[in-house]
Amino acid sequence: MARRIILGLLLVLCVLSAVFVAFAWRTAIAPVEPPARSTFDTALIARGASLAAIGDCVSCHTAPEGKPYAGGFPLHTQFGTIYGTNITPDAETGIGRWTLPAFRRAMHEGVDREGRHLYPAFPYDHFTNVSDDDLQALYAFLMTREPVRAETPPNDLTFPLNFRMLIAGWKLLYLESTGFRPDPAQSGDWNRGAYLVRGLGHCGACHTPRNALGAEKLDLDLGGGEAEGWHAPALNAATTAPIPWTADALLRYLRRGADETHDTAIGPMAAVVNNLSAVPESEVRSIATYIASVMGPADEQRQKRASQIVAKARGANEASGSVSEVQRQDAKKSDLAPQSNGAAIYAGSCAVCHVALERPAGSASGNALHLGLSTTLSLPTPVNLIRVILQGIAPADGERGPIMPGYAGAFTDAQVGALVSYLRATYTDRPEWTDVDRQVRKARQSFAEAPE
Amino acid sequence: MNLDINGKTFQIDADPTTPLLYILRDQLQLNGAKFGCGLGQCGACTVIVDKQPVFSCITPVSALQGRKIRTIEGLGTLENPGPVQRAFIEEQAAQCGYCIPGMMMRAQALLEQNPAPSKSDIRRYMNANLCRCGTHMRILRAVERAAAFVKDGGKGGTAG
Amino acid sequence: MSAAPGSLTRREFLTRGGALIVSFSLAPRILAASPQEAQNIGKEPVKEPALPGSLSKAPLLDSWIRIDADGTITVFTGKAELGQGIKTALIQVAAEELVVEPRSINLVTADTGRTPNEGYTAGSQSMQDSATAIMHAAAQVRAILVALASQRLNLPAEQLTVHLGVIRGNDGRSITYGQLVTGETLHVRANPQSPLRDPKTRGVIGKSMQRVDIPAKVTGRAIYVQDLRLPDMVHARVVRPPSYGARLISIDSARVQKVPGLLRIVRNGSYIAVVAEREYQAIQAMRALAQGAKWEERATLPQPADLYNYFQKLPTQDYIDLGGAADIALGPGSITSTYRRPYQMHGSIGPSCAVGLSKDGIVTIWSHTQGVYPLRDALAELLKAPPDRVRVIHMEGSGCYGHNGADDAGADAALIATAFPGRPVRVQWMREDEHAWEPYGSVMVSTARARLDGSNITEWQYEVWSNTHNNRPAPAGQLSPAWAIEPPFTPSAPKPAPLPAGGGNRNALPIYKFPNARVVHHFVPGMPLRVSALRALGAYHNVFSIESFIDELAAAARADPIDFRLRHLDDARARDVISTAAERFGWSQYRRQRGRGRGFAFARYKNYAAYCAVVLEVEVDRESGSIRPLRVVAAIDSGEAVNPDGMRNQTEGGIIQSLSWSLYEAVTFDTTRITSRDWSTYPIMRFSNVPETIDVHVITRPGMPFLGTGEAAQGPTAAALANAVADATGVRIRELPFTRSRVKAAVGL
Ligand code: FES
Ligand code: FES
Repeated sequence: MARRIILGLLLVLCVLSAVFVAFAWRTAIAPVEPPARSTFDTALIARGASLAAIGDCVSCHTAPEGKPYAGGFPLHTQFGTIYGTNITPDAETGIGRWTLPAFRRAMHEGVDREGRHLYPAFPYDHFTNVSDDDLQALYAFLMTREPVRAETPPNDLTFPLNFRMLIAGWKLLYLESTGFRPDPAQSGDWNRGAYLVRGLGHCGACHTPRNALGAEKLDLDLGGGEAEGWHAPALNAATTAPIPWTADALLRYLRRGADETHDTAIGPMAAVVNNLSAVPESEVRSIATYIASVMGPADEQRQKRASQIVAKARGANEASGSVSEVQRQDAKKSDLAPQSNGAAIYAGSCAVCHVALERPAGSASGNALHLGLSTTLSLPTPVNLIRVILQGIAPADGERGPIMPGYAGAFTDAQVGALVSYLRATYTDRPEWTDVDRQVRKARQSFAEAPE
Repeated sequence: MNLDINGKTFQIDADPTTPLLYILRDQLQLNGAKFGCGLGQCGACTVIVDKQPVFSCITPVSALQGRKIRTIEGLGTLENPGPVQRAFIEEQAAQCGYCIPGMMMRAQALLEQNPAPSKSDIRRYMNANLCRCGTHMRILRAVERAAAFVKDGGKGGTAG
Repeated sequence: MSAAPGSLTRREFLTRGGALIVSFSLAPRILAASPQEAQNIGKEPVKEPALPGSLSKAPLLDSWIRIDADGTITVFTGKAELGQGIKTALIQVAAEELVVEPRSINLVTADTGRTPNEGYTAGSQSMQDSATAIMHAAAQVRAILVALASQRLNLPAEQLTVHLGVIRGNDGRSITYGQLVTGETLHVRANPQSPLRDPKTRGVIGKSMQRVDIPAKVTGRAIYVQDLRLPDMVHARVVRPPSYGARLISIDSARVQKVPGLLRIVRNGSYIAVVAEREYQAIQAMRALAQGAKWEERATLPQPADLYNYFQKLPTQDYIDLGGAADIALGPGSITSTYRRPYQMHGSIGPSCAVGLSKDGIVTIWSHTQGVYPLRDALAELLKAPPDRVRVIHMEGSGCYGHNGADDAGADAALIATAFPGRPVRVQWMREDEHAWEPYGSVMVSTARARLDGSNITEWQYEVWSNTHNNRPAPAGQLSPAWAIEPPFTPSAPKPAPLPAGGGNRNALPIYKFPNARVVHHFVPGMPLRVSALRALGAYHNVFSIESFIDELAAAARADPIDFRLRHLDDARARDVISTAAERFGWSQYRRQRGRGRGFAFARYKNYAAYCAVVLEVEVDRESGSIRPLRVVAAIDSGEAVNPDGMRNQTEGGIIQSLSWSLYEAVTFDTTRITSRDWSTYPIMRFSNVPETIDVHVITRPGMPFLGTGEAAQGPTAAALANAVADATGVRIRELPFTRSRVKAAVGL
């Protein structure tokens, strides 16, 4: 009897497996000779360029110091390391032999030309919303890049995740390929923004928290997630920004990488805004309009608080002659040992740049944000603040942009912790962070493992 | 407040927020570290704290008690220059020389962490420091030469 | 020079014991450069025809060389060490002609109390002016010493040999320089002719010598004016106006008074500064003062997006530098191109600094100025004091590359020291002071037109629009602190510098031979942003333009760019430099890899000085628009090479600096303020993007005049870059700098 049951179960399992395999099985799409540049319309390529920038394709498909789009970028996930692939039109190592339908299948269904399932680190759960028109433009853009011969390193994933077949199951659960549906009640601008945010922009890939299987938690849509060890702040009503974001402020931030009353793009977001600086302004405005509406209007209390903060930041004088006085007063609030006193560190290290919203004439320097305005300080986790203190913001080769020195060498863990706690207490009305010390150690370790 | 600089202990009296650079230059008369920007953007003020290169212009002394601070004055003297100094002299790696002490301290920190850096390791590590005279090629060569000196026990080279 | 040079006053110097030669005579005032002459910097100095180099300005031998009884040799130069290595080269020249060891020479540089007046250290003129003078003075001094020895030893001069400061007779007797010198021996006028040593027997000149200043710099000795620490010294900082012409309405002194260590708030019109015991206290006081200061500002700057348009519409003074009054009719098949460069800054790594002391009716200023005498005259005017009450002593600063904030900092020190007399006052600029207030290199626009007949250029017309490239002091109105005080000084009207050196038209004349050529200089007196001399002046832009255009013409003629140049060039030294650079690069064997390209350019600096050719290879990333310089080969001929390694060092530096200007740099502003205020808003080249290799080949011409090296590479490098980018991408970019976005826009998808 027992044997029969087992046999029966096995049979069921076999049938199910067969059904699953049949479901999961994808055939290869026949390779073609790489199409010539002349087969693509220039305007189409240009539109594709702007879409590729919105999609931030270059970030995950370019190795550090490698050729653009030639793959090799290591994306470290909780399941192991996945390498961005070579999407230049190289015939052997890139997508040179892909047809438009093969490209569409990859974008919409997460299946490559050969028929293999792609890991959802490639965010086809978003790209499935991209229209065929836009896919065509994107295809035209990618197929006219410099072909680069570069083998993508094999992924390094833990068993059993190295079996791609399993991805089909994941898709069954989480991939909804209905395409983007506009909301007729909203403006064209809003709808374009929604389409870009939900589709190619794949904002949710970082800004939405994920479940144990690595899928976005739809009930916490854009409620704040994680990206390469950084916290990706909430873009919905859960935003903790001290100064409520507006579409205009978002536009400035997304185009220029900083908005003087909100924040400077750090971590992986720096690359996103760098790309967006080259996209037509109307597209970025649509994104800003939509995100602002997802965040919703700020209530009166928040508005009032915001204007107080701005007023304070305007007249801030921490870096003035009364610095030691400020420091002494603040030191009273803290029971830390004097050598790791956050207030003194702030005054001696940070204040010279992060001084006031409006720089005093003739002594302006460093152009950094007044910390009372910073979203980074009011996030639920200190991880971004810690990382930027330790790592700084490296200067871009010959480009204008923020420079912040990293303090990993200058400060001990205890000093970084004291500074972080001091900043949180001084510049926000939010509760103390509780895991500062652990996060400092963790962040330092992650840099030690991946030295710049 | 006590500071440990080049192996000596100095008693200093200063506002705890004072960046180390001003204590070095103004109170202790150590000229090596230079003021370039005061913003942590150029590296002219680089010193070593424990094992790491640090911008002394934005590091308050209160954060440095009990830690080991080193400046170029600790690398050697005019009469008896250390390996990094010898390497910079032999490669003639200076024009105005203003950026050079900061370069040498960063190079020293690199060589202590990685005694055999590749050319690209050196470039990447030195990137935080600016030189306006365009002495870069010689600085890179000097760091390589210093690595060679360090490798043969600091005996190589001839004193300038 | 281990003691601070200022610790010895001129009087002490004159009465220092032990010297047999006590007479010390500065050049007669009548021969000193007048402020007007000083304005003509860059121009070949007007010389009394007979005397070589700066001997024409200071013809007494003891202005240049002094020998003490103990054999100590002191050489004086009115030029300043700016990081270019001039001290080493001058010591080599003196050692060569005096036949002594270089290390036995003590060199004293620019000091109005001690050295001859050689105007500015600028325009790559120091070798021409000072080395020439020292070489001749040294040869003449040696001849005098040999004549003396011949008397003493009673042997004819032909039977004497000179070696390492000892004169030996063929009978074995010998006598040292120190034993020979007496009284007024050297207080004699130089002769037009000097018994120079045979270039074939050179012992020191032409051999690479380690720079004398480097060991002290790498060991932290007090070298720079920034390091000068006089007994009882105090620190000052200035709160500069937020924009040009801003007027101070009020300050909040109560706020500043609270800062510990504050000694004085200095206010004079819109000029405000603080003095404190310690440096960091001065900074804190400055910040407090800045915080409470209220200013009235005016929007006087052009719309940044419209800069070139605006600039070309400003009134001009037009000069025809070559050709006739009328435009050349170019006829069909002609080519026209327009080139632009933005405002660019010196951006010294160390902000300007000076120390001032007002005591006993004398104001002494230690400064890294390029011209101690002209600055002294300007400060005397500023302080309404006679020039002999002001002494300016040069000390090194961070490399300057032209007229940066050094002189202004000297004015700060003078103003603050006189307001706080008795103690030495050290004032250093903050980073943002230097970025926002230094005088920039002028924006420039040029248009080149030419017609080809087969592979020959038959007609050539070149026009260039530029501000002045020289707003140096004196007069006092050229010092920015003088604009803020009450009553204010105003800058003098700008004047174009005459050719052959020129300013905005420096190197505007083609060096190539064209049957029909015309060159027009549109001098623009209006200066919305403060400008003055930046390394190479107009030559940077003109060589960029002309050498880009030559490549465009070569392409139109389907000719190799180097062959094409040689076809239009008959100067043998020029041809030598060109072929050396081309061969060392491997021009004829070059195989282009995808995304890469090579570019060539050449110029003779100022059309009469050093020859320099640059070849470089770049890689252009089409996606990002970023340019990576890979490999640079240069050849330079600046006459007889005194210190070849020093020349290579300067040329490598010039190449990297020009790459940085040409790839990245443009001063930004809004209609009121300069917005390039630090390295994040004015990025320059870092290690990550310097070329993999730079090879500089020095061609030496023994016995030929010194031509100077420092500025020769700036123009050729910019043009070689433009030509390499064109070769790599097929697209010609004519506007500097070659930023990523500009390249990306030009190269397209
Ligand atoms: S002076 Fe410290 S980094 Fe520039
Ligand atoms: S040598 Fe002058 S700044 Fe580097």
